[in-house]
Amino acid sequence: MNILQLKNITKKYPGVIALNDVSIDFVKGEAHALVGENGAGKSTLIKSCTGAVIPDEGLIAVEGEEFSSLTPQLSEQKGIGVIYQEFNLVGELSVAENIFLGRAIRKGITIDRKAMVRESAKIFEQFNIDIDPNALVSSLTVGYQQLVEIAKALSQNAKILIMDEPSAPLTSAEAERLYVMVEKLKKTGVTVIYISHRMEEIFRLTERITVLRDGHKIATVKTSDTNMDDLVKLMVGRELKETYPARKDCISDEVLLDVQNLSGNGVHDTSFQIRKGEVLGFAGLIGAGRTETAELLFGAARKTGGTIRLNGKEINPKTPRDAIDSGIALVPEDRKGKGALLEMDIRTNTSMAILERISKFMVVDKKEEKRIANSYRESIRIKTPSIEQKIKNLSGGNQQKVIIARWLASEPELVIFDEPTRGIDVGAKSEIYTLVNSLVESGKAVLMISSEMEEVMGMSDRIIVLCEGKISGELNRKDFKQETIMNFASQK
Amino acid sequence: MEYLDKLKGTANAVEFAKRNGIYVVLLLLVFFFSIASENFLVSNNLLNVARQVSMLGIAAVGFAFVLLLGGIDLSVGSNITLVNIVGGWCMVNAGLNPVLAIGLALSMATFIGFLNGWIIANINMPPLIVTLAMMIIVEGLAYLICKGLPIYGFPASFAIIGQGYLGPIPIPVIIMIVILAIGAFILNKTYFGRYFYAVGGNEEAAKLSGIKVKNVKYLVYSLSGFFAGLAGIVILSRTNSAQVLAGKGLEFDILTACVLGGVSVTGGFGRISNVVAGVLILGVLSNGLVLMNVTQFSQMVIKGVVLMVAVAFDCLQHRKAH
Repeated sequence: MNILQLKNITKKYPGVIALNDVSIDFVKGEAHALVGENGAGKSTLIKSCTGAVIPDEGLIAVEGEEFSSLTPQLSEQKGIGVIYQEFNLVGELSVAENIFLGRAIRKGITIDRKAMVRESAKIFEQFNIDIDPNALVSSLTVGYQQLVEIAKALSQNAKILIMDEPSAPLTSAEAERLYVMVEKLKKTGVTVIYISHRMEEIFRLTERITVLRDGHKIATVKTSDTNMDDLVKLMVGRELKETYPARKDCISDEVLLDVQNLSGNGVHDTSFQIRKGEVLGFAGLIGAGRTETAELLFGAARKTGGTIRLNGKEINPKTPRDAIDSGIALVPEDRKGKGALLEMDIRTNTSMAILERISKFMVVDKKEEKRIANSYRESIRIKTPSIEQKIKNLSGGNQQKVIIARWLASEPELVIFDEPTRGIDVGAKSEIYTLVNSLVESGKAVLMISSEMEEVMGMSDRIIVLCEGKISGELNRKDFKQETIMNFASQK
Repeated sequence: MEYLDKLKGTANAVEFAKRNGIYVVLLLLVFFFSIASENFLVSNNLLNVARQVSMLGIAAVGFAFVLLLGGIDLSVGSNITLVNIVGGWCMVNAGLNPVLAIGLALSMATFIGFLNGWIIANINMPPLIVTLAMMIIVEGLAYLICKGLPIYGFPASFAIIGQGYLGPIPIPVIIMIVILAIGAFILNKTYFGRYFYAVGGNEEAAKLSGIKVKNVKYLVYSLSGFFAGLAGIVILSRTNSAQVLAGKGLEFDILTACVLGGVSVTGGFGRISNVVAGVLILGVLSNGLVLMNVTQFSQMVIKGVVLMVAVAFDCLQHRKAH
C-alpha cells in the first residue's frame, strides 16, 4: 500500500528548477533512501512533504487523500514527522516535557506531568530505549536527543518519518542504536524516508532507493538489485559540460602556500600545498571541513596546531586583518551574511578592506577610492548605473562581483573562493570563471571550495577531497572522475 | 541602459525624499507654532531654542555613532550628571582651576564610555543591559560624591562656556555647531567613520573585511561618553551649579532626536545632517509647547508619542526593505 505519493511535483526558484516533475511512491513500512549530490533537490522535496515549501505544480497524496500543498500543521496531522539535523528540542526542559511540547497533557488548567512521563515511558518501552523521561534534554548525548526527537514524532502518531542525514552527528555506537531503531520502526509499520550520503547504511537499512539529480528523479531502484558503484553512477551521471573557459598552463614550480598538520576549528592534521598559478579545488560534502580550513588560513578562526607558510615565510594569522596583510583574501560562502554590506554603495563596499591604506591622516582619499571602484567596475564588468548605487539593488551575480572586487583591491597572492557561484546566474558564473583564470595566469594562486562537482572539476588543476575534517583523497586533473570524488567524500 | 537610467532616476528621487523629509517636518512644525503663538517666530526666541538644544545636539553626535553601530547608550544622562558633580566638586571642593577640572571630568566621562564598549565587545552583553547598569552605577556615584546636595560657587571665568556670547550667538550654540561638524566629518571623511556603518550594517562582513570590530566598539562608546561629558560641561556652566538631576532622563531626548533624524535603531544607517533636524524638532516642540502654555506633563506624553512614531517609521521602512 502506498502511504505517501508525490505526483509530478515541480518547484521553481528564480534561475533554478529545484524539483522538476518528480513522482515517487512510498510504501507502508518500508525504509526508502533518498540520495543525490548537494543541490539535487532532496531538501526541497522534504520541505514539500512537511509544508515548508509550496510546490508550483503536482499533488501530494497521503493515504490516498490528495493535496496540492500542505501546511506544517496539516502535514503533522496527517502523520508526517521529520527528524532534522538540528533538533527542535528545549534543553532546559525534561524529556517528557519535550515530547509533549505545545501539546501538554492537562488536568484542568494545570499540566499533568505524571501523565506525560507515563506516556513517554510507554513509547520508550515499546522500542526498548533506555531514557529517563524526567531527565533534562541537555544532559543527554546527541544520539539520545535524536531518539527523543523520534519519540516526539511517534507520540504525534507519525506514520511517515523523514530523517535528514540522521547518522551524520553520531558516533558509531550511537549510529548502531539508530539503525536498530529504524528496523523497529519498520516492523511497527512506520515508513522511513532516509536521506544519507553513507552508502553502507543505505544498503543495510533500506528496501528501495530513489536517486535525484539536478531536480529530476533519475530512478527508484530496489536496494537488493543494485550496488554502490551503480548507485554513484546514477547520482553523478552527467557528462562534464564545456562551459569552463580554457586557460593557459601557468602553474609554476614555486610553492606559494605550504600548510602542514593544520588543526583546529573541526579540521584535523591537514597538510597541503598550493603553487603559484594553480587552482586547487576543495571538494567534499557540507561540513567536511572545507570552509573551516579556509577560516583557519584567513584568521577567522584560531588554529590549535600546525604551520602555515606563505612564500616560505611562516605566518600565524590571528585576525582576518593579519591574513589580508600577508596577502590572503577570502570571498566568503554566504554572500549576504558574511560579504555584502547591503546598505552601503559599490564604492564603499569595494574599498572596505583597503580603507586604511588609501587614507591620509585618517581621511579617506575619495578620488583614489573612486578610481579603484571604477576600475574594477569596468574590468570585472559590474552592471550598475553608478558606483554610488547601494549594492542591495544589484543582482546576486553583481553583488558577488563587488565582493570579489573588494578582495582583488587588497592585491592578494592567494584568493580563497568559497562557493563563489552559489545562487548566481549562468552568465555571471562564466565571468567569475574567467576572472579566476586571469588571476592564476597573472601568477596568483586560487583555492576554490565548491560543492558543485562540475565546477570543482572544471576549474581545478588539482582537487583535494575532505571528509570529516580530514583529507580523504587527492586527484590530479587527468584523474578527475565524479565517482572517485564521491567515493572519497562519502564515508565508506 | 535606458532601464538603468530610469532605475537611477527613481532611486535618486526616493533617496532624496528619504534623506530630506525630516526637514519638511521641521518646517511644518515651525509654520504651525508661528501661527499658534505670536511670540514664537522672534529672533530672540529662535536663538533661545538653539541654546536650549545645544546640549542635546552635542550629546546626540556620540549617541548617533552608537546607534549606527547597532547599539544604544542609556548611560549618557547619568554620565552628564556625573560630569556636573565631578566638575563642580573639582572646582569648588578641590579648588582646581576650571581648565583642569574640565579635563578631569571629560576624561572620566570618556572612560565610562570606554568601559561600556569594553564590556559589550568582550563579554558580549547586550548594550541595552550594559548601559542600563552603567546608568544606575554612575548616578549612584554622583550622589555619593555630593551627598545629594548641589555644588555652587564656581570661578567667574567658567560661566563663559554656558552663558557667553560671540556677537549675538550664544557660545553653547557655537560649540554645538563645531561638534556637529566634527561628527559629520568623522562619518563622511575618515576611514573609522566608515567602519561605524560597516560594523552596524553587517558585523560579520566587517570582521571578514579586516576591520577590528572590538576597537571600533571601544572607540564609538568612548566617543559617546566624551560628547556626553562635553554636553555636561555646557550644562554645568549654564546653570552655574552642579545638581544630581542635571542629566536625568536626557538619554531619551537624545535618543528621540537621533531617531527623528533618521538614524536607524537597528544600525548601519544615518546621517549627522538629519540628526540636526531631529534635534531642532525636539527644541522647537518643547519651546512651542511652552509658549502655548501646555503643561509639563502633557509635554511628556507628546515627547513619548514622538519617540514611538519615529521608531515605528524606522521599523516600517526596514520591514519594507526586507
